[in-house]
Amino acid sequence: MSERGTPGAKGAGDPSKATSTGPTPEEAALAFEAAGVKTTPALTESDLRALDRDLDARVFGAMESISIRYLLLVGFLGSVVAFGAFAFGWQIYKGIGVTGLNRPVFWGFYIASFVFWIGISHAGTLVSAILRVLKVEWRMPLTRAAEAMTLFALMIGGLFPIIHLGRNWRFYWMIPVPNERGLWPNFRSALMWDLLAILTYITASSLFLLLPLIPDLATARDRTRGLRRRIYGLLSFGWRGTQQQWHRLHVAMRVFTIVVIPIAVSVHTIVSWDFGMTLVEGWRSTVFGPYFVIGAIYSGMAALITVLVLVRRSLKLDDYVTLRHFDRLGKVLLAVSVIWFYMFWAGFLTDWYGGSTVAKLIQHEHVAGHSAVLFWTMMVVNVLVPFLFLWFRRVRTSMPAMLVISLLVNVGMWIERFLIVTSPRINSLSYDWGSYTPQWPEIAIATATFAAFALLYVLFSKALPLISLWEVKEGWRVDRWRREGLVEAETDVPPLATGTTAATGATGSAVRGGAS
Amino acid sequence: MVVDLDVCTGCQACAVACLAENNVGIVGEEMAAMGRAQHWIRIERYWDEGVYPEARAQFVPVMCQQCDKAPCEPVCPVFASVHSEDGLNSQVYNRCIGTRYCAHNCPYKARVFNFFAPQFPSPLEQQLNPDVTVRSVGIMEKCTFCVQRIRRVRERARVEDRPIADGEIMPACVQTCPPGALVFGDAADPDSQVSRLMASRRGFRLLEAFNTEPSVVYLKREGGLDV
Repeated sequence: MSERGTPGAKGAGDPSKATSTGPTPEEAALAFEAAGVKTTPALTESDLRALDRDLDARVFGAMESISIRYLLLVGFLGSVVAFGAFAFGWQIYKGIGVTGLNRPVFWGFYIASFVFWIGISHAGTLVSAILRVLKVEWRMPLTRAAEAMTLFALMIGGLFPIIHLGRNWRFYWMIPVPNERGLWPNFRSALMWDLLAILTYITASSLFLLLPLIPDLATARDRTRGLRRRIYGLLSFGWRGTQQQWHRLHVAMRVFTIVVIPIAVSVHTIVSWDFGMTLVEGWRSTVFGPYFVIGAIYSGMAALITVLVLVRRSLKLDDYVTLRHFDRLGKVLLAVSVIWFYMFWAGFLTDWYGGSTVAKLIQHEHVAGHSAVLFWTMMVVNVLVPFLFLWFRRVRTSMPAMLVISLLVNVGMWIERFLIVTSPRINSLSYDWGSYTPQWPEIAIATATFAAFALLYVLFSKALPLISLWEVKEGWRVDRWRREGLVEAETDVPPLATGTTAATGATGSAVRGGAS
Repeated sequence: MVVDLDVCTGCQACAVACLAENNVGIVGEEMAAMGRAQHWIRIERYWDEGVYPEARAQFVPVMCQQCDKAPCEPVCPVFASVHSEDGLNSQVYNRCIGTRYCAHNCPYKARVFNFFAPQFPSPLEQQLNPDVTVRSVGIMEKCTFCVQRIRRVRERARVEDRPIADGEIMPACVQTCPPGALVFGDAADPDSQVSRLMASRRGFRLLEAFNTEPSVVYLKREGGLDV
């Protein structure tokens, strides 16, 4: 694109760096990373405008066109989801017995999928909130994709406990509202904590997605006409990009970012307590809280990498989601992988050394018994593969390698949940041992949720910008002001009514987005 | 309740009586092989070490232990598993939504689940007990100590204005047991037969380490009667 090639030479910059091509958006987006290293020249106002136009054109261009391939994809994913819905209907019609569940394996595929999806949902919170709090600036192009992932994964994960019920049509009996039964739910039950935690998390993550969407929705509103314009207009809550609105958005985001982290941690801790707080050997554990949280972050990071590889390729966002992002995400994944293994080993060794007969029998089943294939697959893909390969930059910046590794990690994490959930097949009374083989409705429904996740993402990519436009734009400007000494090096929030350049710059990005 | 393992022959008459008394559905061979047998009381068979004629089978009847500190109760989100005022651990079928959390948390695996709507192949449908609810699909059930019989005796005693006699309440399994291995009564009454049996040095409770305080006391097998 020709707009990209605006001359980058400017008074403060080094004239020798000025070329006819100037900074590409990729270089520019990454320029702020190198703050303090004055090798690339600061961007001029016209550079910034050109970059803005290019970003808007790409993101909205991808949203506005619908290809045959896109429709085929939606149709395919939709039919997988429809088949899953049929399987669920079949299960309701015939009874939960169409699953492979039995005594003593009362929980199976559904609960494993539940834990898995709640784990995936942690990607958004980690990448978005934790990186926001730490003011890691390379997060900016990734936040939207991650926050959307959180919400979609939660919507899907939250369905599983309902699908799993013996009487699904009575699920609302768990909701604490006055009712004709005159009965309040039992707040001593970890399942109630679960329900409340997930509802809280869904609320928080919806808001966490919606808040930073508002300026971009306003941009979308001003670029569209007719019904779409009305819908975007409603959703953007009358955003005009005034100084006060920006101030409020920044304050709200700062509060929310901090609030959402403990919510995310508590949600997965509570999910782990469904198991950890029971009397069931193989489940009862004190390490399960942090172990599940790190497992959630692990699978969430991996899922985020998978989604980013695919989104980057299909929406041609190579300049915004760059190889350097994958390099860093790969490092984080490696670190989380090691922590996960540490937590796993802390629990495993305790059971082994502690010598409870049943716990040791379960371990023996995993290491050398019926579940050995699953167990060792998990060990290889969750521990060995990341540890062997992610040390190398060439692997971390290779799209096929990152796609394969991130998918493998999620296969491993799914197996991990499955092994934990089905371990009660070995229990204290050996007469009652059992086995578990999932049946077609369980497999169909679990598969359908993957399709549903992809479908939500695919639809989202046409309805809303998958890149947080204003944050990327702001990043460019913050970088510029920082070099010009207008803002502190640490801040990622533009100052209010200080330097005039800063003020007009901050409002400028949104107003211009709206006016063009 | 007291279960004397020295007396139990493993004949399974208790299991049949329970099925008849409590309208327990028949799941069939295939489902039973999957581990979905609905028995509220089952005879667990364990072998001594060694090979058959030398090695002897041990029979342990296991039913809901009616724990004082029942682990199934706190985990139920809808109060379907609750303690009654007379110390029973009761399951309120109408409240159950089928999370199956209680069944996991029961160390005795005493709880059984209606994976399908219960079946009563003809002519079994003609002998359903009118005092007991027929359960629906998707809910948990388990031994009640034949709560309908307890209530009936208690009401009769109240009408006749007299205390309940020792041994007057008889769950179906106790009534049926041919050698009399099962004894039911008031453990709070020091003179009752169960109280005397419970005091035996052979007495133990199942999986005591879980600290669930079961109401069922087993008498260890020693090869001879010893009270």
